[in-house]
Amino acid sequence: MPDATVPPEVASRSTDVFTTRDVAVYYGQFRAVRDVNITVHKNEITAFIGPSGCGKSTMLRCFNRMNDLIPTARVEGTVSYHGVNLYDPAVNAVEVRRRIGMVFQKANPFPKSIYDNVAYGPRLSGIKKKSELDAVVEKSLRGAALWDEVKGRLKSGGLGLSGGQQQRLCIARAIAVDPEVLLMDEPCSALDPIATARIEDLMQEIKHEYTIIIVTHNMQQAGRVSDRTAFFTTEVNTESDRRTGVLVEYDQTSKIFSNPADERTEAYISGRFG
Amino acid sequence: MRAALFLAAATSILISTLIVWTLFTEAWKFLSDLIDTAGIGALIDGGKAPGWYPRNDRFDIPTIVLGTLIVSAVSIVVAAPLGLGAAVFLSEYASPRLRKVVKPVLEVLAGVPSVVFGFFALRVLGPDLIQPLFDTSQKTSLLVTGVAIGILVTPLMASISEDALRSVPSALREASTGLGARRSATVVKVVIPAAVSGIVAALIISVSRAIGETMVAALASGRLGQSPRTWDPRDPGLPMTSAMAQLAQGSDQVVGSTLAFQSLFFIGALLFLMTLALNMVASRLVTRFRTKY
Repeated sequence: MPDATVPPEVASRSTDVFTTRDVAVYYGQFRAVRDVNITVHKNEITAFIGPSGCGKSTMLRCFNRMNDLIPTARVEGTVSYHGVNLYDPAVNAVEVRRRIGMVFQKANPFPKSIYDNVAYGPRLSGIKKKSELDAVVEKSLRGAALWDEVKGRLKSGGLGLSGGQQQRLCIARAIAVDPEVLLMDEPCSALDPIATARIEDLMQEIKHEYTIIIVTHNMQQAGRVSDRTAFFTTEVNTESDRRTGVLVEYDQTSKIFSNPADERTEAYISGRFG
Repeated sequence: MRAALFLAAATSILISTLIVWTLFTEAWKFLSDLIDTAGIGALIDGGKAPGWYPRNDRFDIPTIVLGTLIVSAVSIVVAAPLGLGAAVFLSEYASPRLRKVVKPVLEVLAGVPSVVFGFFALRVLGPDLIQPLFDTSQKTSLLVTGVAIGILVTPLMASISEDALRSVPSALREASTGLGARRSATVVKVVIPAAVSGIVAALIISVSRAIGETMVAALASGRLGQSPRTWDPRDPGLPMTSAMAQLAQGSDQVVGSTLAFQSLFFIGALLFLMTLALNMVASRLVTRFRTKY
């Protein structure tokens, strides 16, 4: 029986944060993605790229068991987090999500004040003292490069911020629980280039403290920010005529972009499809 | 086509206007007649045994208003937790398959004629449950009425609350779950607060429905016109709707231009104003919560 609780000291020892073996995800009878074998390294930014429907977001959501929210979803293979299979029945998904934070495609602040948004996670973990919460909120907002813009109006609503600010608020909210990993699901797809650049800079600043996996549609973004890149594509099953995502290649980002091993990767990178 | 549709709309507005007009002119007639004969003070009986005895020209308004207030309070104490609980279960916990079964059942319950509830309260709820449990003096009481009306408006409360809960974007549930919140924490800290305007609206609409409910009140309230002026729901009493039904039934003495007949319109106008005020408060509250979020 693996250690279900994953104590923090175990988490800090290994440099292999995630190792997946033969992962396939099904929605009911439909297989969304198959044969994913990758290792995610500590304090690196790993990018998942590929055309629509290639299963990159589905795969991302395996790392914090967000797929649990979909009743028909089923995961095969193993997703190991520091050697613990996240899908072991003894593993508490709630505990996993406190260790592995998530930022979504569309900024989704709660209809609460900026302060309450950031304090949400810490309060769940039982922090009640105002001085402690104040400190966490300030630290997280500074960490998300939002403090200077909002420090005078922490009590005003999070929904009153601009799109880019809302997304940084969501990042602040995610890092407020001090996770080891940040999963980012196309975090910039709804943002303008200036807001996108701010988020990308932020990722570089915080990667020394967190391990980041980012799903992106934008190849240039993957090239700019990531250390390693996984390229997914879709394959059409000739029998059922349905598309299944598949991992084509996973390597250093520089290698993927300059000298990919698979011709499908090269075709996608050079813009010939996707 | 257009003209016919306009006519349909205009007719309903015209009829509503006529109803309100009749209600208030007759109510005014009652008031002025009462002032001419007994004086406006007769509306609040200061005597030792106040009560609502319209056929004896005794019109103590607090008697019936108290009855209505007690019944509505009891019914909302019953309907709010039951309805909100059912709504939270349906929207946050039930599997799609279970929801497909439970939701129509709830809607069927909402369609049961209220006389059935009234009879159920009179014959089962009162003698077999409320009387032994709360030691009421008789089988019918304001408590039985309130509980039965509470059950009656529960589907309404549940249905409106569920709509409000389901309109909360699932992105908020995902955000909360992603931060390591259990489902119960997500419901209490994110979903319900985000749906609060709809839930408040559901509450007020339920109260408004409970105030206007007649059949259950007429059958199960005890129809006691004497007012002990206490807030004890275990006493029998006379809610406003029940008083109206009682008056309108007794066609032998009521029809005609006596003061008793006119008093029907007066209570009607009072009921109308109460529910109107509630609905206005509801819409005010809803807009306030909306601007807050």
